[in-house]
This record gives sequence, C-alpha cells and structure tokens, in this order.
Amino acid sequence: MKRFIGFIKKELYHIFRDRRSLFILFGMPIAQILLFGFAITNEINNVDIAILDHSKDASTEEIINKISASKYFTVKQILTREADIETAFKKGNIKAVLNFEKHFSRNLIKQNQATIQIITDATDPNTANSITNYINAILQNYQQEKNRAIVVEYQIIPQTRMVYNPELKSVFMFVPGVMTIILMLVSAMMTSISITREKELGTMEILLVSPLKPFQVIIGKVVPYIFLSVINAAVIVLLSIFIFKMPVQGSLFLLGLESVLFIITSLALGILISTIAETQQAAMMISLMGLMLPVILLSGFIFPISSMPVPLQIISNIIPAKWFIIIIKGIMLKGVGMAFIWKETLILIGMTLFFIGLSVKKYKIRLE
Amino acid sequence: MKTIGYIIQKEFKQIFRNKGMLPIIFILPILQLVILSNAATYEVKNIKFAYIDYDRTSTSRALIEKFNASAFFNVLTDFPSQEKASAAMLSGEVDVVMEIPNHFERNLLKEKNANLSITINAIDGAAAGVESVYVNQIVQSFNKDVKMNYMDTSKKITQPVTIESIPSFWYNTTLDYKTFMVPGILVLLVTMITLFLSGMNIVREKEIGTLEQINVTPIRKSQFIIGKLFPFWIIGMGLLTIGLILAKVIFNTPMLGSLLLLYAYTSIYILVILGIGLLISNFTDTQQQAMFIAWFFVVIFILMSGLFTPIESMPKWAQIVTEFNPIKYFVEIVRMVLLKGSGLGDILPQLLKTLLFAILMNVLAVWSYRKVN
Repeated sequence: MKRFIGFIKKELYHIFRDRRSLFILFGMPIAQILLFGFAITNEINNVDIAILDHSKDASTEEIINKISASKYFTVKQILTREADIETAFKKGNIKAVLNFEKHFSRNLIKQNQATIQIITDATDPNTANSITNYINAILQNYQQEKNRAIVVEYQIIPQTRMVYNPELKSVFMFVPGVMTIILMLVSAMMTSISITREKELGTMEILLVSPLKPFQVIIGKVVPYIFLSVINAAVIVLLSIFIFKMPVQGSLFLLGLESVLFIITSLALGILISTIAETQQAAMMISLMGLMLPVILLSGFIFPISSMPVPLQIISNIIPAKWFIIIIKGIMLKGVGMAFIWKETLILIGMTLFFIGLSVKKYKIRLE
Repeated sequence: MKTIGYIIQKEFKQIFRNKGMLPIIFILPILQLVILSNAATYEVKNIKFAYIDYDRTSTSRALIEKFNASAFFNVLTDFPSQEKASAAMLSGEVDVVMEIPNHFERNLLKEKNANLSITINAIDGAAAGVESVYVNQIVQSFNKDVKMNYMDTSKKITQPVTIESIPSFWYNTTLDYKTFMVPGILVLLVTMITLFLSGMNIVREKEIGTLEQINVTPIRKSQFIIGKLFPFWIIGMGLLTIGLILAKVIFNTPMLGSLLLLYAYTSIYILVILGIGLLISNFTDTQQQAMFIAWFFVVIFILMSGLFTPIESMPKWAQIVTEFNPIKYFVEIVRMVLLKGSGLGDILPQLLKTLLFAILMNVLAVWSYRKVN
C-alpha cells in the first residue's frame, strides 16, 4: 500500500511539473464550454434574405415590412431580375429570396388569393426548411389580420405545451453534450497518453520490474486523473448552472455520482487504447481521430438519434457518451431520480467493466 | 533541391514503416466519412407519439387515424391517464403526447370550437419546434375535413383571403442531408489528419532527441521545413481525392463546379493547416502538449465552422471569431463549388483570406523555428 501511494505521488509530480499541460487541461474545458455554450445554436436568427418584387404595391410592402421587422430575417438585397437570384446564391451572401407575383394586391383583393414563391438555398436543408416555415408563419399571421372580420366555424384549437425547456433554448441541448465530449476526450486521451509515454520512453520496463503489481501500476496511473477530471466536471457543472442558467431539477449528488462513473468509463477506455497503441502518436490518433467524430455525431449531442438510419441507431448504443447524455439531461432538465436512469447507469457500469477486463487481458507484462 | 528530396524520402519511409499508424491515417477517416455522414441529419422523423383519448368518439378516432397515417409519427400507444403519459415522457419513451379531452366531438359540433392539448418534450428545442409544426399541420388538415363535412354550404359566407406560398428548394430539391454533410465531413477529416500529423511530427523528433542530430547537419532551415511538410501535403491531397471519389460513388454528391478550382484552393488551404501544425510543434516540448493544443483548436474550429450549426445563427461576436477560422472557409468553399457550382469570382474573398492565412502562418512558423536552442 505504501509503495502504491508512493507511485501515485510520482504520477502527481509528473502531472504538476508539466505546467503547460496542466494549464491546457483546466483552461481548455472552461474556454470551450463558454465559447460553445454561447455560440453553438441552430436557432434561426438574422438570416439575410433578398426580395424580388414584381408588383411593388401596398400589400407586398406590408408583407416585406412584417418580415424585416421580425428578428429572424434581415432584408439584405432588393433584386430586379430572376437571373440575379442565381448570382446572389452563388456568392453565398443570402439564404432565401421572396418572389412576389405580378399584380399581387389586385389578385388578393379581387380573387382573394395571391402567390409568393419562397426560394431557398437548400445546400443547407435544415436552414432552408426552417426559413420556409418561419416565413409561412409570418404569412399566416398576415392573413389572420386580414381575415379578422370573418367568423370561423368548427375550429380545433391545439394548445401546445413545451415541457422541460419551454423557451426552446438550444443551450439546454448543447451544454450537456459539450460537457460529455470534454470529459470523455480529456479522460481517454490523458490516460492513454500517460501510459504509452512510459512505454515509448522506456520507463515502463522499470515499472514492470518493480515490486508493484501490473494492476497497481495501471490504477496508480488512473487515480490522479480521476481527481483532475472530477474537478473539471465540477467546474463545468458550475459554469452551466451559473452562466447558462441550466436548471438542476434532480439531485446534484446523483449528478456527481454519475459523472464520476462516466469519468471512470472514459479512463477505462483510455487504458484500453494504451494497451493497443505502441506509441504516443498512435494513442493520440486513436483517441482523437477515433473518438472525436463518433462521439460528436452518434451521441445525440447535435443530431437526434431517432432520425438516423437503423444500423447507425444500433451502433450508437456502443457509444458511452450517448448514455451519459441521457443521464445528464434526465437529472438536470427532467429532474428524474435513479428509478428512471438505472438502465443507463447499468450500461455504463457494464461498459467500464468490459473495458477494464479487456485491458487486463491485453496488458503485456513482458516486453517483446 | 537534392537535400529536400532526401528529407522527403526519409519522411515517407518513416510514415509507411509505421504499420500501426497507416490504418489510422488512411482507413479511419474514410470509414468515418462513409458511416458518419449518414448520422448527421437534423431531419425529424419517427417521432415517438402517444395519445390519451378521453373522448372516444368517431371524431377523436379519425384524428388519431390521421397521425397513424403520417410518415413522421410513430404512434406508440394510448395511455389511459395523464399520469401514465407523464411517466413515459420522463423515461423518454415518448416525445409527443396528444390529449383529446372529454366532449371533444360535442364541443366541436355544438360550440363550434374544441380544444386539444399537445405536450412536447422540448429538451431538443429545434426538434420540438419542428414536431410542433408537424402536429399543427395534421390537426389543420383534419380540421379542414371536419369543416367540409359539417359546414353549411348553402349559407353564403365571405371567402377569406389566402396567400399561397410555393416553397422552392434550390441546389438540393429533396432536402437531402447527405448532400450537405459529406463535403463538410470530408473537409474535417483532411484537416484533422494533416494538422495532427504535422503538429506531432517535429515535436516527436524533439522528444526522442533526433532533432538535434538533424540540427547539426548542414541542412538549411527552409529545406528542412519544406522536406518535413511536403509529405503531409501529399497525404492531405490524397485523402481529398479518395474522399471525393467515395462521395461521388457512394453518396452521389453533386459536383457542379470546377474540381480544378477545388484542388487549387485545397492546395493553399493545406498550407495553412501545416503552418499551424508547425507552429504548434515549435512552441511545445512534448507530443502530449502538442496534441492538447492541436485538439483544442480542432474542436473549436470544427464546432465554429458552420459545418454542423449555421454561422448566421451565432451571436455577432462569435461570427467575428469565425472569421479567423480556416475550416470555415474551406467548408463554405467546398459546398459552394460542389453543390452550387460557384466559380473563381464567387469564392475570391475566401480564397484571398486563405492565402493570407497561409502566408502568415508559414512565415510565423519558419520564423519561430530555431535550429539552435
């Protein structure tokens, strides 16, 4: 036990001696969560659009005013010819064009019907779709104002209630995700590097011939990083509560426990990577190239898992981050207790045991 | 020239000798491109929908039938009570619950209007917005049917004014997400590979101690740097080529613009990334430090590039930050050239900025590289 504590001390010295890495280790997550918490959003805001108005009458002016008054759109350009649309889209400075037909007002008054074409640059399908929906909502609103005098019969009035996030803030979606990514990558990368480093520098040999047992070496390597990551997690949670006003509906204690569990899962994954990789370079490439994109894309951080093709939905189950994101959202936003997240918790525990078991099996106590 | 040739030869030997790294450099990115591009979709479908029907009349059943028929909704069950529905919502089994109140049909026919309550799990705000639109569309279309059936046609009523809007989606008429994502993810993979490799390369020699041996040779600083970076430039261009071929063959990504232009731009862009990598190498002592810094920048570059979330939605200050993000320009250009067929004139501003970055980064990198400690 004394030897083991001595070993942990050595590890801590290593970590604290390298000021630059330490600074990065703590500074980076804070910088990232601040930056992304504010910047990453898929809400539609200030979209630049252009107008192609063939009639230039009272009604079109009213509609244009209504659209430019909304916070979603800025009328950037007034086009005069159909051909200009293509040019404007190719330069990429506008996202949509509103094309009013000729005699718009007259048609509206005489025939009770007029037509607008909403042309969107659909290279980004999501934005194009949202823009169309938002403009349609504004047009609906305009029609309602015009039709106020008419009594509508047999009307069904849906009353929609948005639960857990009534203001539809995208921060609520992204902060748990960013937190998960940071914890996962930092933990997995740190351990995998610190173990392969000893291999590469040749000091692993010295550790192996020491009276320390192999698993003591590994645990000794991991323990300091558990502490560091827990501090990181705590800082991130505090930031999300105080700066992004994320609610914690459930128990903070449970959130802490689950975070520690996820950190251990990530560290175990790091150990597994280090048993496969021979050099630091390989370890880093696996933990960065191999983990970053799958974690961002398959965890439900940005893109909803239920919309993915079925094979990918199945693959997403092996991403630990997916389960942790469900857990954090459950505790923070829905306020659920263990009764609702025991399944996810068990899966994370199972994954941890699996990673550790596999590492122990692959861990070589002899050098080739 | 001959010296540079030898260094390049040495670098290539080192790259291809390392059997552990080869699959990571070539196979991993390609696998990710092919698999993960399918995951990146904001489309909302298979919405987990449940209902509580307190009314149990032909009207309420007809409404539910409408949801059953919709491709967007996956009608799971009906709940006998609100408590059961809330519990299912908490555990994440359902995302949208519609409650049809008692006397729904009677109110609709007698009082001329009836309420419906819809509860939506809004943690994913964007998806919730779309779900709400879909629900309203179905309810409205149902409402139209009801009016057709019951409205007294003999009575003369004033026609309401209607504005018909015709959406027209250019460049991607089917709103296919892969068309949008594949070029972007390709950019990302090219960037990550070249940045990580170049960032780690020189610092690795530093750490192992072989850099000193090179420093005492008569190789000039510029020769050394060119020799070091050229192989990664080749790897980057190679990855782009493989990626484009896969994009065409597997995803049938449209390629409207000039590929030559895209290659010309990429050749400059990779120089920017290599410059950044070299700069990181110069300012760090260990591979670990180099990787952390590279990782820090890559995560910021990726998430602020407009690849996954649109830049125009970001707050003003963040949009200014993205001006300094080289990935942003590459993502924009690859999409403009491939999907819209933009020409040199259209992408000139981005091209010039990238060129400026390339010069700046490489001058800084060469200047900060010291042969003597």
